Amino acid sequence: MKIKLFYFARLKETLKYSTEDLELAEADGPWTILKLKAYLAKRGDVWGQMLMGKLKVRAAINHELVNDDASIADGDEVAFFPPVTGG
Amino acid sequence: MMRLLLMVMRSRFSHLLQAVSFDIRVAMSVRVQTEDFDAGFEINQLRKARRDVGAVVSFVGQVRDINDGNEISQLTLEHYPGMTEKSLHAIITRAKERWNIMDVLIIHRVGTLQPCDQIVMVAVSGGHRGEAFAACEFVMDYLKTEAPFWKKEVTQSGERWVEDKASDDDARERWNKTVK
Repeated sequence: MKIKLFYFARLKETLKYSTEDLELAEADGPWTILKLKAYLAKRGDVWGQMLMGKLKVRAAINHELVNDDASIADGDEVAFFPPVTGG
Repeated sequence: MMRLLLMVMRSRFSHLLQAVSFDIRVAMSVRVQTEDFDAGFEINQLRKARRDVGAVVSFVGQVRDINDGNEISQLTLEHYPGMTEKSLHAIITRAKERWNIMDVLIIHRVGTLQPCDQIVMVAVSGGHRGEAFAACEFVMDYLKTEAPFWKKEVTQSGERWVEDKASDDDARERWNKTVK
């Protein structure tokens, strides 16, 4: 299945990715936020530190804040970012 | 005769009236922009929008020149286009479900700002001040903890991302404890 990924703030800056289209193997499913983070963490040290390390990471699916156990479906827009600091 | 004419006009042009008022409402309630805003003008718009408005409560946040003991020379705000607006609309909806208020306006700036620049404005109109005060604070507390915005500061020792604060989470959590 195909998903669209977005990264923001510190994650975007450190990973040097703002957005990407990703193909996830259905056979490896079901895909959750946690599983996706673990999958991306395998790309290298900095990915592991950013997504599976000590830093707090928030996730959204189709613009809704979700937890690690939320499941991802074909065509979803997934985003990873640090805790928000607006206002 | 006059009355009849008015009625005819209303029915003939009602689609226009509806379209116009809808656009104004959508445009007014949530704005994420790089441009500055005129808080006085916005308050007046909210106040004059309805004759049954008895109170407008507003909050304006501005960039400080100091944070965590460091001098701040510049602040950059990033957001998540689409999700940010949706999240702010959802916060307004929750406030409207909880209190008897009329209109809510949120303006949040993004991009590069300097100390003393305005960052955010929340204004709430209602029949009386009590509910408008509470709703305004509620909207700010949720905005700070749920709306996707991120601040990066420039200090004398370089750039740094602003960390989230536990006190902001506590401020939001008190709304779940209050029995209303």
